[in-house]
Formats: sequence, C-alpha cells, structure tokens
Amino acid sequence: MSSTTDVGMNFSLNRVSAMVRRYWYLLRSSWPRILDLIYWPTVQMLMWGFLQLYVSQQSNSFAAAGGVFIGAVLLWDILFRGQLGFSISFLEEMYAHNLGNLMMSPLRPVEFIAALMIMSIVRLSIGMVPVTMLAIAFFGFNLWSMGLALAAFFVNLILTSWSIGIFVAGLLLRNGMGAESLAWTIMFLFLPLTCVYYPVAVLPGFLQYVAWSLPPTYVFEGMRALLIDHVFRADLMVEAFIFNGVLFAAASFAFLKLLQSARVQGSLLQTGE
Amino acid sequence: MDAQVASAIAVESLVKLYKGTTAVDGISFRLSPGSVTGLLGGNGAGKTTTIAMIMGLVTPTAGAVSVLGALMPKERYRVLHRMNFESPYVDMPMRLTVRQNLSVFAQLYAVPDIGERIAALAGELDLTEFLDRPTGKLSAGQKTRVSLAKALLNRPEVLLLDEPTASLDPDTADWVRGRLERYRIEHGATILLASHNMMEVERLCERVIIMKKGRIEDDDTPERLLARYGRQTLEDVFLDVARGRAHREAAQ
Repeated sequence: MSSTTDVGMNFSLNRVSAMVRRYWYLLRSSWPRILDLIYWPTVQMLMWGFLQLYVSQQSNSFAAAGGVFIGAVLLWDILFRGQLGFSISFLEEMYAHNLGNLMMSPLRPVEFIAALMIMSIVRLSIGMVPVTMLAIAFFGFNLWSMGLALAAFFVNLILTSWSIGIFVAGLLLRNGMGAESLAWTIMFLFLPLTCVYYPVAVLPGFLQYVAWSLPPTYVFEGMRALLIDHVFRADLMVEAFIFNGVLFAAASFAFLKLLQSARVQGSLLQTGE
Repeated sequence: MDAQVASAIAVESLVKLYKGTTAVDGISFRLSPGSVTGLLGGNGAGKTTTIAMIMGLVTPTAGAVSVLGALMPKERYRVLHRMNFESPYVDMPMRLTVRQNLSVFAQLYAVPDIGERIAALAGELDLTEFLDRPTGKLSAGQKTRVSLAKALLNRPEVLLLDEPTASLDPDTADWVRGRLERYRIEHGATILLASHNMMEVERLCERVIIMKKGRIEDDDTPERLLARYGRQTLEDVFLDVARGRAHREAAQ
C-alpha cells in the first residue's frame, strides 16, 4: 500500500489554477502592488538608456553598440523580476499566515511551484511589457525586434529565475522569515558574475570560470553578440539551457530536502522570525 | 492495519524531539469514527505538536500516526481531501473577499458545485452579507466563522480544531460550538479538539485526553474523569492534573 500512496492524488491543473486565481485576486485588489511592478523597471531603463545615450555621444565604438545597455537592463530585469515575482507570491502566503491552510490542503508542492511560476510570468508581463514600449518611445530600442533570439534569451533567463525562486522558497519554509532578505537580494550576486553590462573577458581568470558556470552569462554574451556583431549564437543558448537543466534539478532537489527538513524541525508551524 | 482503518485517527507510541527537547513522549490513542475528543493540556503540553503530526505538518521522531488508514505524513495525499482543520493561529488571506477565499479553497479541495456550496455554508454560518467583503475587514467573530466555513467546505470526515473559540466573546463561542455539534451529528465526522476552554470540552466531547509534558496523563469520558477526581468541573480536574495531584489526593 505504502509504495504508491505518497503519490496519492496526481498533479492537478485545477489546484494550480486555484492558486493562480488566489494571487490574481490579491494583485488586482491592490494598485500599489501593480505600480510596484512597473515603477522600478521603468526607472532602471530610463537611467541606463540616458547613460547609453551620453556615452555613445562621446565614443564611436559605443555608438556602434547601440542599445547594449538598454538591452542588458531589460534582460536583467527579466532575470531579477522573474525571481522576485516567484518569491513575492510565496512571501505573500507567509505575510498572510496562510501557509498552514495550504500545507494542510491537498495542494502538492509541485502544484504550488507551478502556480508560482505562472505568477512570475504574469507579474513580469505586467511590469516589462509597458517598459519595453517606453524603451522604443524614448530611445528607439525595440527589444521585440530580436524575435526568436529574444525567445531563447527569455526561456533561459526565466528558468534561472525560477530555479533561484524555488531554492529561496525552500529556505523560507525551513528558516521562516529570517530568510526573507535573501528573497530580495540573492539575485544581486548574479549581477557582477553573469556579466550583465560587460563581456566575460573583463573578469579575472578564476572569476571567468565562475561566470561560465552560470546560465545567464551565456544569455548576456549572446545579447552582445546579437547587438554588436549581429550574430545569433545558438551554441551559447544551448549551453545555457543545459546549465539551466542542472540548476533547476538541483534547486528542486534542494527545495524538497528543505521541505522535508521543515517537517522534521516543525518549522511549518512557525513561519515567523 | 485493520485496527488503523477502523479508527479514524490512530496514534501509536508517538514521539517528537526538537533539538533534545521532548515535545511528545510516546503517546498512543485511537479515535473511533464519529467521535468527538478533547485534547487538553497546559502550554507546552504537546497538544499542538500532536495535532501537527496528525495533520502531517510535522514528521514524528518515532512512532506512527494514521488518519483514515493513511500513514502521516508519508501517505497524506491519500486523505488530505477528506480532512480539514481550523485554528485561530492560521489566517485566511485578508485582502481577498470571503467569497474569493472560499472559492479558492473549494477549488483546492475539488468541491463540486462551488457556488452552491459557498452559498449553503454562508447561509448556515450567517455569512451571506459578508461574502463580498474583504476578509481583513471582518470582526474576530466573523473571521472565525469564515475559517469554520473553510474547514467545512469539503465536508471533512476528520476535523481537527485547535482552540476554535479562542478570543471569541461567549455568545459567538457558544454559537460556533452549536454549529460544530450540528455538523458532527449531520455528517458523522470525527472531531479532535484542542482547547483551554473546559466548558467547551464538557459540552462537545465524549472523551477527554489530558496531556502534560508530552505524555498522556489521563484519558476517559468527562463523567468518569469527574468521578475519579471527585470534582464538579473539568477545570478542577485539569488543575489537579496540571498541579500533579493524584486522583485520590485530589478527591480528598
């Protein structure tokens, strides 16, 4: 009996859709939450856009690399906001003291994670689509003109952001709100190491090894190849995808172990500090 | 295994250690289907940890818990849709309206005819006029009724209640007890109730388990406990147990 019973009820799209509905209700009930999705990406895009404009007026080589800074900041925001969208939805349950209700319901961890992934895309879309339009209006930079390359960049970045989000959710379950700040800051570790605004070659030798072990590095290098050399590096995207597969599997494994540990330590009962 | 299936809840030699502290120390009991049992004990007696292990939220250090024949937490997904719980220490999301909250949980529990079920429960629990109000805007009593509605959405066969009337005024608390009694009679549900309110336990429970320092100090019907300790109220029995007075000594 026990060999199969842990599987119990199978993956249910119905339960995933219940959770997505719950987050959607929350989002639409609060205009500051919606404003927050758009405000900072807009500020970032404007700042880097004007900086790019200024630098390109001073140097011919920068002028030739049109849109690299804006492209970088928009792709960085996909990575950063994707993880934040995942983690904030999870944190909402902790702020609401609702985790007990969910953990006692038939909702399975994999369904919970699927709902958080969907919400990260919903939140990202609300924030990023208007900002990409503003980038066209202000700087004539059209992210959407990257076409299939953008799709490859997006898939790789969102996979990384989900992996980090899953790992952080595990830490929050195991350690409670003491791990909250990680949800907001962990992605900044990737900012210098994944070479968002400069080529990997700029890093010292040993850090280049670290950089190439992180999937987003391949995306940002690929973006520069596309914008500067007008070449789409499919090889970089394939490598990023392989690294993302490993990262996602490792994050999922870590999440399940941390959840198991939370059950042993009784941390699911105490989701406070 | 047969005995476990016959019992709605079976707890066998259950132990829970937290970093060297013994929260639950080898307790055993079985609850038959349709029974209402009170779990009493002072703060730190191990009631919440015991209920958490029954719910599958906490993994036992040793021993076993089964609910409706499923080992917890390993086989919890076999039975979670047949259980539910209510606790004042777990909130419903405050920004969502009562209807939104109930419909989300109804979908999680795969309740058929969600609209009808919510309308029926709202009628029974006097929540109809609050259905489209944000849950956070309700009074404590109204919120408790919403939590109770959530707990009854899936018509659970096993209902775990952790101090269901804590922080309620006497009138609302009495009203909640009445609804719980009615639910038990109508659906034959097994109810395990942790409470500090002895009057509540006397009214609702046909059996009382008293815990102290992680162990079961006594386990009997309220009538037999009163007779054995020579007391008029369960509160006096509880104080005798909490202060370590033996039955005979207490009676004297």
